[in-house]
Amino acid sequence: MSTTAPLIETLANQEYKWGFVTEIEADSIPKGLSEDVVRMISAKKNEPEFMLEWRLKSYRQWLKMEEPQWPNVHYPRIDYQDIIYYSAPVTKVAPKSLDEVDPELLRTYEKLGIPLKEQEVLAGIAVDMVFDSVSVATTFKAKLGELGIIFCSFSEAVQEHPDLIKRYLGSVVPYSDNFFATLNSAVFSDGSFVYIPKGVRCPMELSTYFRINAKDSGQFERTLIIADEGAYVSYLEGCTAPMRDNNQLHAAVVELVALDNAQIKYSTVQNWYPGDKQGKGGIYNFVTKRGKCLGINSKISWTQVETGSAITWKYPSVILMGDNSVGEFYSVALANNYQQADTGTKMIHIGKNTRSTIVSKGISAGHGQNTYRGMVKILKGAAGARNYSQCDSLLLGDQCGAHTFPYLEVKNTSAQVEHEASTSKIGEDQIFYCRQRGISAEDAVSMIVHGFCKEVFRELPMEFAVEAQKLLGISLEGSVG
Amino acid sequence: MALLTIKNLHASVAGKEILRGIDLTVNPGEVHAIMGPNGSGKSTLAQVLAGRDLYQVTDGQVLYDGKDLLTMPPEERAQEGIFMAFQYPVEIPGVSNMYFLKAALNTIRKKRGIDELDAMDFLTMVKEKLALVEMDPAFLNRPVNAGFSGGEKKRNEIFQMAVLEPRLAILDETDSGLDIDALKIVANGVNLLRTGDRAMIVVTHYQRLLNYIVPDYVHVLANGRIVKSGDKQLALELDQSGYVGLEEAVTA
Repeated sequence: MSTTAPLIETLANQEYKWGFVTEIEADSIPKGLSEDVVRMISAKKNEPEFMLEWRLKSYRQWLKMEEPQWPNVHYPRIDYQDIIYYSAPVTKVAPKSLDEVDPELLRTYEKLGIPLKEQEVLAGIAVDMVFDSVSVATTFKAKLGELGIIFCSFSEAVQEHPDLIKRYLGSVVPYSDNFFATLNSAVFSDGSFVYIPKGVRCPMELSTYFRINAKDSGQFERTLIIADEGAYVSYLEGCTAPMRDNNQLHAAVVELVALDNAQIKYSTVQNWYPGDKQGKGGIYNFVTKRGKCLGINSKISWTQVETGSAITWKYPSVILMGDNSVGEFYSVALANNYQQADTGTKMIHIGKNTRSTIVSKGISAGHGQNTYRGMVKILKGAAGARNYSQCDSLLLGDQCGAHTFPYLEVKNTSAQVEHEASTSKIGEDQIFYCRQRGISAEDAVSMIVHGFCKEVFRELPMEFAVEAQKLLGISLEGSVG
Repeated sequence: MALLTIKNLHASVAGKEILRGIDLTVNPGEVHAIMGPNGSGKSTLAQVLAGRDLYQVTDGQVLYDGKDLLTMPPEERAQEGIFMAFQYPVEIPGVSNMYFLKAALNTIRKKRGIDELDAMDFLTMVKEKLALVEMDPAFLNRPVNAGFSGGEKKRNEIFQMAVLEPRLAILDETDSGLDIDALKIVANGVNLLRTGDRAMIVVTHYQRLLNYIVPDYVHVLANGRIVKSGDKQLALELDQSGYVGLEEAVTA
């Protein structure tokens, strides 16, 4: 204890490595939200009438809604009139290639360790960067285009593929779904759109790096992914944000649709600014993510590693409509210092022989509070449905907390539902054992945590798994108590 | 030069003095047995040498290979070649024996300026060492000590020692909880690791272990001091007469 304490102190004092602000001219509208602001956003994006109608319908609904109070998180009231709802980097002409992209912007990504050019060539990843609100570069478009795959910004999809947008927008997360999703539906600025045509297996991982930049601009992203019959796609979402004092609201919506025999794998590494050691600042991450297994034998898989944000409130869910469809949720959520995480999933079994798997690993350190909240609902018609849930909590120190709220609702007697849960603590004796074998205290913690999380990590694509492991190590360094 | 020199070592736990002036010199190649009744400070001595910070050193000096041991953090002591076989090996769920040992070995090799072993070479090497303690290679994929029987845990300690090749091995009550067959396997493993430049300190309550691991020197610890030293004969005498007289001799 006496020898570890100073070491821990040093490590715990490490700055958030990704905190910097990029100087780019931004085109913002004034703070506040009104019907005029909604119209202005739609006009700025030159949207067709149906989109404006949808936004307005959402806005009017939102006015009637209350901010949810049920999550196990605490934060000061958000002043929704004190937020800038639209901010786009100023570009004179839309860039046709990376050479035309603002070099300052590219340097930001280099600092984050994602040199786009290198990625293009070496990793074969098509990156659709969302910098603040407008997508600035879309790569590999031509190659994907040959296969009929559409991977573009949401705004572009609204212009180029209005039929698909009309058909699927709000089909998984309706405009009236919940307070934050409805707010997003009214004011969302941009996001990503993916369509994989029938029988096509997307040959590369599609990846988007989100980044909140302009000061005080809440980020309202919207992602829609459709996998047509027999299609397959793996989508990666990774996030870092610069250091801030003000809390920033992030209310994104992600909708996934899988038709017959289609598969969507959606992986997230979330590393937004968690606030400082006293709990000041940090991102409020209130996100609605849901997938619908619309077709028979379809599969949707969510994998998330949540290390950042002051508050995380998200439940990536799957609606299992098609017979024999499969839903999966693999999650690692970390709450260190004063971070609060209330996260989990919902698996709604509607079709026959639908199966779902939930593996949740919660890590609490410092004064962090980690809540798993999950619902498994088996409807009357879901004969032969099966669910397996496993919720494990790991505690570092004695001032943090882990909470588990599993909800089960089973209306079909042929269903099988299993739930396992465990709580463990990294002990001083374990750390000493490792140190006696030559392994430093921080490597020991990292090793034990990695062991704890490996069932989730192995679901991540390789490069992502490495990044996730590093992030977790950095986020936890010095939290042994 | 002596590998380990302990001079007037005093240590306490939670304000209670346990070690009250230990003097001991260990040369390369020697096996020293530390015997004594419960509460005499045997395990404390082992833990203090390994650097456990539950214990406060209040006086004295320990030189290891000419360096001040007491200022080194536990991992540095391990990297310098000190290994302790734990009396109660800790379970580390989720971390495989293989991963754990590879991490440990490569840290130690790095410190010694030797190249890290790759996965293939490592596997070949550990399979040889497993044979020393008659363990199945399937064992490598199991989590460290999790769900192990008492005997398996102790064998695992000796297996780790074989892999890490320490210069000074401290065996803390390695015989406790072992049946005679397991004891023979463990002792045999230890004997195979006895070399001319490796020293061992064997802490035990019972003489039984010393029938199999024959020490060069035997020291009797009572009330935090070494009250008697001798050769292997001393252990046999103690087995006959017990510790009672020795304890009284000190407190009187």
